[in-house]
Amino acid sequence: MKELHNIIHKEETVISITGLHKSFGDLHVLKGVDFNLFKGENVAVLGKSGTGKSVLIKIIVGLLKRDEGEVIVLGQHVDQLVGKELDALRLRIGFSFQNSALYDSMNVHQNLAFPLTMNIKTMSKAEVDYAVDEVLDSVGLANKSKQMPSDLSGGQRKRIGIARTLILKPEIMLYDEPTSGLDPITSAEIIDLINEVQQKYNTSSVIITHDLTCAKNTANRIAMLHKGRFLKIGTFDEVFGTENEQVQGFFNYNFIQ
Amino acid sequence: MSTTTAKKYILSRRLDDYFTGVNSALKFTGLFFKEVFKRPFHLREVINQSFEIGLKSLPLISLTGFIVGIVFTKQSRPSLEDFGATSWLPSLIGIAIVKALGPLVTALICAGKVGSGIGAELGSMKVTEQIDAMEVSAINPYKYLVVTRVLATTITIPVLALYCSFVALYGSYLNVHAEETSSLISFYQSAFKTISFLDIFTSVTKSIVFGFTIGIVGTYKGFNATQGTRGVGRAANQAVVLAMFLIFIEEVLIVQVANWFRFF
Repeated sequence: MKELHNIIHKEETVISITGLHKSFGDLHVLKGVDFNLFKGENVAVLGKSGTGKSVLIKIIVGLLKRDEGEVIVLGQHVDQLVGKELDALRLRIGFSFQNSALYDSMNVHQNLAFPLTMNIKTMSKAEVDYAVDEVLDSVGLANKSKQMPSDLSGGQRKRIGIARTLILKPEIMLYDEPTSGLDPITSAEIIDLINEVQQKYNTSSVIITHDLTCAKNTANRIAMLHKGRFLKIGTFDEVFGTENEQVQGFFNYNFIQ
Repeated sequence: MSTTTAKKYILSRRLDDYFTGVNSALKFTGLFFKEVFKRPFHLREVINQSFEIGLKSLPLISLTGFIVGIVFTKQSRPSLEDFGATSWLPSLIGIAIVKALGPLVTALICAGKVGSGIGAELGSMKVTEQIDAMEVSAINPYKYLVVTRVLATTITIPVLALYCSFVALYGSYLNVHAEETSSLISFYQSAFKTISFLDIFTSVTKSIVFGFTIGIVGTYKGFNATQGTRGVGRAANQAVVLAMFLIFIEEVLIVQVANWFRFF
């Protein structure tokens, strides 16, 4: 696996979250989350299923509304943005979905061209084709442009999902369970891809995962989410060096490469 | 793990859910009128959807219309024969098909075929996060998926209803022609002799309303699908049932309003 060599600009915070609360009906999922992401940094958010990891990044990108707290992304209060302002912010954020969320009715080329043609009306067909080919090449699937999503393997779908976000050249990448449902070799390829994306596009990333191998190899810092709050945020060794029962319990159930 | 607290309902859980659902459906419908006049118009997608809806429904509409025409003529003939009034058959069939059966049969078939298709397609997109994927790519999914499909059904279903009426009348003509030789032109002339502009206008208006209903119900159910593949099936099913129910209510209301206009 390729190592992560990124330059972190600690003077520049790209995501700042304070006192974040979120409930769904009776279910209180996030209970006062505080979190910062610096420019150029990768942070992995770890935790068991149902702890609110995906909810956290959906609030960051404005897919869900927060109940309480402050969410500032690239200097803007997400919950105060609507319409074109929110769209403008979203164009600066890439969101890679757990199940890739590729458009079933479109082939790979159309999936990648769709965000471009919808957002940048001035681009010619040749420019769109060039951008699609370039980003497909970046994810190592240059020969798959005419295939339908249903013809792709799980790992290929993940790569195309990441490519679709990269085509808009985002400053922040949000990965929702990038290695879930993949075999260890394909997982390692996705981990390499996440690191390559960071290097090539100089992105800051939040990686939602419960896979410790993924977290260890892609993240500068680990944030351990438990019962709606972060138990510990720090480097891999700092987080898993503690004697906290929940953290150790999570660690012991995972296989570390 | 998360904590839970007991939720208090204003009336009861069922009634609260019902009124919340009605409110959300009305907001969803209201949003259509807000978004439909805004750019971008996605005309290519509207044309694609209209083409899909029209072309895919055409064989079924043709067959059903043709059968309706034959069956209705066969059923009406004995009653008219009792009064020696078989010459009125084309007029009777014309009134029944153009004013009522054409739009209604088309709407019911499209509710089953198109409405369920839209419900299932959007439901599947919802549960697989494709709609969220559009939103995070700064594409308005309501505008791209809902407005285009509702426009397509609203435009296409009146055209299909007119086509269905003509095919049904042709089926009726074949039956009349088998019993008593008459020309196609004179049959159509007799059929349309008793139909006024108000009848045609009411029929087209009904089809527009039916088309809008099928589109908005299908997209609403699909857009609000939950709970995975089970939710997709439920969305498709509910899209058909609710659309058919609303179509019958609208039929009664529009006929009533048209009859009031007849007195002026």
